Amino acid sequence: MTTKDPEVSPEARFAPRATPETQPYWDATAAGRLDLPRCRPCDQVFFYPRSSCPRCGSTDLEWVTCSGRGLLHTYVVSHRPAPGFPVPTVIAVVELEEGPRMMTNLVDAEPETLELDMPVEVRFEQRTGVAVPVFVPVSENAAKEEAR
Amino acid sequence: MSRDVVIMGAAETDIGKLPHTSTLELHVEGARRALADANLTKDQVDGIASVSVPGPIQVSHALGITPTYVDGTGVGGSSFLFHVRHATAAIKAGYADVVLITHGESGRSRVGAPPFPRGNDSVMAQFEMPYGIVGPPTSFTVPARRFLHETDNTLEQLAEVAVAQRRWAARNPRAMFRDEVTVDDVLGAKMIADPFTLLMCCLVTDGGGALVVASREFAEAHGSDKPLVHILGTGEAATTPLISQMEDMTRCKQFTLSSQAAFKESGTSPADIDHLMIYDAFAHVPLYGLEDMGFVGRGESGAFVADGHTSPGGRLPMNTNGGGMSYTHTGMYGMFAIQESVRQLRGEAAAQVDDVSTSLVLGNGGMFMSAATLILANQP
Repeated sequence: MTTKDPEVSPEARFAPRATPETQPYWDATAAGRLDLPRCRPCDQVFFYPRSSCPRCGSTDLEWVTCSGRGLLHTYVVSHRPAPGFPVPTVIAVVELEEGPRMMTNLVDAEPETLELDMPVEVRFEQRTGVAVPVFVPVSENAAKEEAR
Repeated sequence: MSRDVVIMGAAETDIGKLPHTSTLELHVEGARRALADANLTKDQVDGIASVSVPGPIQVSHALGITPTYVDGTGVGGSSFLFHVRHATAAIKAGYADVVLITHGESGRSRVGAPPFPRGNDSVMAQFEMPYGIVGPPTSFTVPARRFLHETDNTLEQLAEVAVAQRRWAARNPRAMFRDEVTVDDVLGAKMIADPFTLLMCCLVTDGGGALVVASREFAEAHGSDKPLVHILGTGEAATTPLISQMEDMTRCKQFTLSSQAAFKESGTSPADIDHLMIYDAFAHVPLYGLEDMGFVGRGESGAFVADGHTSPGGRLPMNTNGGGMSYTHTGMYGMFAIQESVRQLRGEAAAQVDDVSTSLVLGNGGMFMSAATLILANQP
């Protein structure tokens, strides 16, 4: 017999659930902030949240709010259907101004207009009840702000 | 005194679409065939290595073996190369005499296979999955655009990897896809995750295989008349569970670390290698492998493949079974890469290369997460 997947709503597959050490990250996104841990001895911000600094091993950490600005480091334009996602979806890695890189989506941007190292800025999208950090090209974002 | 360690038995199961064969049965059938190839009975085996699911305990119990050496290393498709390395160490240390390494995966039909993991609080589920990642085609591919950008390898050269491997598959009756293709065919195929089309992605198949690893002494005393494959050097490394956290998206650190260890142990360099297998889950992975192991310089891998050096008749035949993109790819392909190296060294491959005396296998695990390298030879 072929094993069937458990019954879950299709979108629920993509819903992140916090663990105690990542809870502050997700609490921050819910409040519209991108917060990451900073190692005090190294003065380095790192992604993803962990209980010690991956560089020096220190547990002397504090949460800091990132600027939300970064550069588009690399991406694919996914044509694979994913419940709750448009086709195509831009799956990208952004390099934050603070240094770390993170996986994300580029939204509100035509895939043909994307260029590596273009400036991008964070925005938060509600997905399955969770505020998920995504990015938009800076120029387009600024234009929309002006229009408002 | 150090003991030389060899692969004395190797075999694959049927491969392709096998809706009537469970995951466990693929392991067990692979094991029976490899033992027959080595001319051993199951009672001569004292060590087992395998991945979950079903895991080494289930596999050995199904075979009627009570192992006193057990390795359940599961670090993705490279796991079987890790198993060979660990078995080599165990045999040298005297912890085991004969280690059976099994693979079986109902990757396509998913018979007796676990559902894909759904833990929404795993690191991957929190920090990568929420972006619409639906399996390796939408995440393993992400670094490639940066790689092309920084190395000046081209999209056409990326497509050439698939073209070259199809040339080998055309010579292999067991390969799933055997019609030769052009760069235009590859670039014009169905778009999966731009810039990757369907023909730049691996297959999804059912299949299994197994290896019997033993001391040379034991193999010469008890084995079949098949040529022994000597394990000259091995290496392993692991970096990140998240592809977005690669230190450098244009280099795979564990390809470098594991191959350097294997070259050092064997006293060889890339110039000494006659035949190469680089785990090709997607078309960019062999390009990273060629550069990160030092077979070519930075940015030279695309032209190297496009110029035919890895194709039939080329000076460094690579992925001569057709690879994961054209031969078979059950999900954890590493076992099949090792099997092809063994066949080439024994002189029994479908697309046999002349005068192969050394072969290197590079196994990738997960999506640029782990890697292991084996340097194998037909002489000690």
